[in-house]
Amino acid sequence: MGGPEIERLIQLFAKVPGLGPRSARRAVLKLLQYPEARMLPLAQAMAAAARAVKHCALCGNLDSVNPCAICADPKRDHTMICVVETVADLWALERSGVHPGLYHVLGGTLSALGGTGPDDLNIRPLLARVQPGDVQEIILALSATVDGAATSHFLTDRLAASGVHVTRVAQGVPIGGALDVLDDGTLATALRARR
Amino acid sequence: MLCLLRLNLTDFRNYRALTWRPESRVAVITGPNGSGKTNLLEAVSLLAPGRGLRGARIAEFARHGGGGRWAVAARLRQGEAPPFDLGTGTAGDGPADRRLFRLDGAEPRTQADIAARFAVVWLTPQMDTLFQESASGRRRFLDRLVWALEPGHARESAAHDTAVASRNRLLATRPNDASWLAGLEESIARHAVALAAGRLGFVAHLNAAPLPPSAFPRAHLALIDPIAERLATQPALAVEVWLRDALAQTRATDAATGATSLGAHRADLAISDAATGLSASQASTGQQKALLLGIILAHAALIAEARATAPMLLLDEPAVHLDAPRREALFSALAALPGPALLTGTDAEVFAPLAHDASFWQVRDGDLVKAG
Repeated sequence: MGGPEIERLIQLFAKVPGLGPRSARRAVLKLLQYPEARMLPLAQAMAAAARAVKHCALCGNLDSVNPCAICADPKRDHTMICVVETVADLWALERSGVHPGLYHVLGGTLSALGGTGPDDLNIRPLLARVQPGDVQEIILALSATVDGAATSHFLTDRLAASGVHVTRVAQGVPIGGALDVLDDGTLATALRARR
Repeated sequence: MLCLLRLNLTDFRNYRALTWRPESRVAVITGPNGSGKTNLLEAVSLLAPGRGLRGARIAEFARHGGGGRWAVAARLRQGEAPPFDLGTGTAGDGPADRRLFRLDGAEPRTQADIAARFAVVWLTPQMDTLFQESASGRRRFLDRLVWALEPGHARESAAHDTAVASRNRLLATRPNDASWLAGLEESIARHAVALAAGRLGFVAHLNAAPLPPSAFPRAHLALIDPIAERLATQPALAVEVWLRDALAQTRATDAATGATSLGAHRADLAISDAATGLSASQASTGQQKALLLGIILAHAALIAEARATAPMLLLDEPAVHLDAPRREALFSALAALPGPALLTGTDAEVFAPLAHDASFWQVRDGDLVKAG
């Protein structure tokens, strides 16, 4: 179509999550219209991020400093760690601004069918983090799926010996949601977790 | 009363482009074997969420030589309200293995929006073997009946089966990982008790459903399941604890057999004639068919009661195995039903007693032609 450079670019863009061949063509065309204003800054930003961003050695978050800005922040509550599956979940919680403590990114959930075991997840470092005795509460914020529930159970069991207080995020009625459109399982869980 | 005003099929199974107006609440469709009678019922069954009356995969619906896309659309009317349009099929430019719904031209917010407007209940000749086959077939049959009334039941069932499959795999690969196994067993216990409670509630509801007096035999359902037995006398949480502990005790034997020996996947359904107590498995083929029809009609009545709208009945070859008095009973029950019904058969003569209540159609070369 327009030379190997364009084809290669479209192929690479089409592998970006959320894009397909069609949207990749559209994005590349748009960028090519403004090479100086849009394309080169994008290329430079990508190269810079690829070089600088690393997983935080403590919590598994992505940041250009190590430990990450959250772990290094003295104003945050270091006695409280919220365990999440992915960095996307961490970002979601950060956007809400409700968690004053630290995080720990597991990198997924245990999955017997998917072949993901405890050693494939960031579990050992979590157990090491609670050892010194500074941490008082671990909040498990994992998916409400069979694997998420099994992982929560597994972690609660492993953390029991440390004496740390282990809690799970509540499940229930969404804000702005009507009761009669909720499925029975959510409604029953919400009712059980009433306060 | 729900009414099917028009049905359009595009590249669905053997139909290239069909536009059909049934003209009456009950429609009888006849034609030789393989002409596409069941395909038509299947198309209607797909207007409700689920895999339709054949349980087929989405890719199987497209007509051979039709380009891989297909669509089913219906115009329906509920009582005196303005008609509404319901459609399903593959998107014109989207993936061919994903089907979409349209309610009055727009994508419905959730499938519950559709379920609130439209429901189907069906009977196919494949279900005739229900009483001979394994417990799993009867369990699936029961679960489908429960789903139609409680959409949450499907989610519980899927989560339960995932937890059981995960535990089986874990017992084979890491049998000593007690924390992980306990987590999965907790899930199995929670979902199994929810499933048993849902099934138990439905069985009690169906057995007690007020049905119009009919010459049609009434079926009595009973759940054969240790979890359900305990639920009858103990609180649900106590049963969850019992099941969780029992699963922990059976790890060694379950690892040896490669299967989880306790759970909602072990239940069976016993069906008998409510009047005589005769077990369905001991009954003749005709009596079995009559019992099955009794359940389907009672189920339709329950849905009509719960949703304030009667479901559409799809009866594929309902007259097969029935003697003349039972056929009469079926036809009079259909004539008294509050919802629409589509019936198929190879021979229109059999349906003659319905002449005043039904319109008659013949399938011919992928089209429906009015008969008589």
